[in-house]
Amino acid sequence: MEAAAAGGGCGSGPPPLLLSEGEQQCYSELFARCAGAAGGGPGPGAPEASRVAPGTVTAAAGPVADLFRASQLPAETLHQITELCGAKRVGYFGPTQFYVALKLIAAAQSGLPVRIESIKCELPLPRFMMSKNDGEIRFGNPAELHGTKVQIPYLTTEKNSFKRMDDEDKQQETQSPTMSPLASPPSSPPHYQRVPLSHGYSKLRSSAEQMHPAPYEARQPLVQPEGSSSGGPGTKPLRHQTSLIRSFSVERELQDNSSYLDEPWRITEEQREYYVNQFRSLQPDPSSFISGSVAKNFFTKSKLSIPELSYIWELSDADCDGALTLPEFCAAFHLIVARKNGYPLPEGLPPTLQPEYLQAAFPKPKWDCQLFDSYSESLPANQQPRDLNRMEKTSVKDTADLPVPTQDVTGDDKQVLKSTVNEALPKDVSEDPATPKDSNSLKARPRSRSYSSTSIEEAMKRGEDPPTPPPRPQKTHSRASSLDLNKVFQPSVPATKSGLLPPPPALPPRPCPSQSEQVLEAELPPQLSRAPSQAAESSPSKKDVPYSQPPSKPIRRKFRPENQATENQEPSTVGSGPASAATVKPHPTVQKQSSKQKKAIQTAIRKNKEANAVLARLNSELQQQLKEVHQERIALENQLEQLRPVTVL
Amino acid sequence: MAVCVAVIAKENYPLYIRSTPTENELKFHYMVHTSLDVVDEKISAMGKALVDQRELYLGLLYPTEDYKVYGYVTNSKVKFVMVVDSSNTALRDNEIRSMFRKLHNSYTDVMCNPFYNPGDRIQSRFVSLGRAFDNMVTSMMIQVC
Repeated sequence: MEAAAAGGGCGSGPPPLLLSEGEQQCYSELFARCAGAAGGGPGPGAPEASRVAPGTVTAAAGPVADLFRASQLPAETLHQITELCGAKRVGYFGPTQFYVALKLIAAAQSGLPVRIESIKCELPLPRFMMSKNDGEIRFGNPAELHGTKVQIPYLTTEKNSFKRMDDEDKQQETQSPTMSPLASPPSSPPHYQRVPLSHGYSKLRSSAEQMHPAPYEARQPLVQPEGSSSGGPGTKPLRHQTSLIRSFSVERELQDNSSYLDEPWRITEEQREYYVNQFRSLQPDPSSFISGSVAKNFFTKSKLSIPELSYIWELSDADCDGALTLPEFCAAFHLIVARKNGYPLPEGLPPTLQPEYLQAAFPKPKWDCQLFDSYSESLPANQQPRDLNRMEKTSVKDTADLPVPTQDVTGDDKQVLKSTVNEALPKDVSEDPATPKDSNSLKARPRSRSYSSTSIEEAMKRGEDPPTPPPRPQKTHSRASSLDLNKVFQPSVPATKSGLLPPPPALPPRPCPSQSEQVLEAELPPQLSRAPSQAAESSPSKKDVPYSQPPSKPIRRKFRPENQATENQEPSTVGSGPASAATVKPHPTVQKQSSKQKKAIQTAIRKNKEANAVLARLNSELQQQLKEVHQERIALENQLEQLRPVTVL
Repeated sequence: MAVCVAVIAKENYPLYIRSTPTENELKFHYMVHTSLDVVDEKISAMGKALVDQRELYLGLLYPTEDYKVYGYVTNSKVKFVMVVDSSNTALRDNEIRSMFRKLHNSYTDVMCNPFYNPGDRIQSRFVSLGRAFDNMVTSMMIQVC
């Protein structure tokens, strides 16, 4: 939709406006007020109005000046803004100029330099402190949008300086009206979501210079959370956001602005998904913790130095409980990725990596709505019990305790928590209103692109290291390599075992292996966890067990040393004897199991016996061949002896 | 307020020691070292039966003409020693207790970091752990009246 809409806008004009839904509403209202209040006539410079495309409404300079003054920006800034927005050139405040001016005001309020490029990023709504008298009448308002008051007109002095008109203004005019409907209407303009944009912007950077529909997720600190009609915080699908962001045009210069340093600390959608997947591989329940030791092992694989890792931990483990929740984990992972990409570690946890921010920014992970529900509910609730967690550090790791109280809490407090979280966010946002938006828009494009493009790869690469530890040489079937039983049993296990190498078949395939394969293929119930490992006869390694584990386990296995993996899988899968039991042939490890498992084990035992028989047969055949070969050798040696010229006499 | 803060490990070697660089720090090191005897004395004085009820805060270990030394022991026999200026008459016992409590909390946070091996020095050079701990100690020392 945005793309289609974007097609409508012209691509060549300078500051084409991207207006979010909220911005669009707000600006249009402001404009209407400014225009309406003054009777719709253009301000001074009326003659130029004729050059304007017919039908454009202009805002009177008086109310506009009021509004600008209400923004509480210094006078020079306002001067600059009026210059930049083209009002001076055009001589009036058409919708384009007005919108541009409003955007510039927002930019200036966010701390950005007042330049055309500033408005290309998403900005919060400009804030206007309106005094009561006129303000309420004119800008009376969308308390939902502004709820502010106005001050004295200031632009009156500017009136006379408005002059010429440019083509670009015309273009702006044509653009801005067309732009407005383009803003895709997400449910609620006042959204506190800072969607990760660095990655999206890097993509956009290479995209056309078209201005696409505005990022609607403008952070709007003005919006009163309670009064906001925008309703459900964070309900819009992330996919929607990301598509919008991606369509956001990205033609900006690099701007040196310290606020942009937030850029590398913003987690993009893909990164977020990746981190979440990694988290789930370590800890299936996204709402619980990763313990310190597990996380330590995992992060150590990133090959950063220990001091750096410990520092990253200090930064990311906000509640200092020795365990990482999902947002903490994402923050830590992100910091590691950033560090690997060469970014210096920050002094403090950047606001975009704060757990509350991350939770609110990613309310709806795409992977599992079910998980999400419990996750989003439990996480905001987790914020509060978090302080309790500090107290009870010992019980923190006891995840069972936490979900229980949070579950109880969620029902009642979910809304409250969400609103508090949302309210907390704008505070963070208002402190740094520019940084996220601008980071989205303006920040080092090439940097972000290289960063995001390489970061994922790096992360993937590095992530690859942990997820796929060097495939352990399967000692299984080392002697029965001719049988290639691994290949036989591998089909029973899903492709997640890609890391496993089948043992090299040392001998050419023989009729026996095919027979045994057929026999074995016939019996591949998933519960044959022991079968192949046992069939491996001689190899007692514990690796057999994980090798044939049910599909759900291998993911975890990759991240843990095999000992842990086998230990974990043991109780989870069979709950029976130790993994080392696999070393022995079918044996009575069935004591602890349910009857079903017993039967399965018994069938497995039977099959193992059959496999044993097969192998014994094979063995005997091989022995026979060996004997034959020996005899041949002896015969040949005899011949050699005879043929050797008799030299010694 | 505190002119010197030290964290001593169970084996009586320093994990962290820092003093305001007014004079030669060696003197503070020596004071902390000698205070360890007093700490041990106080711990043992409680008797084995009272180990569980032993209070963590040991109180004033010994006063010198210029300084007072306070001690605090955790349950894992990690000792915190703080040297304050004697001229700080405004410092009350409660304040010292609260300072030790903060120290203990920060120390626990350091412990929570899985990358920290117990027994390592708590350092905060460049990027390392103990940054927060160091900052906390600094805040304690900066408030010199």
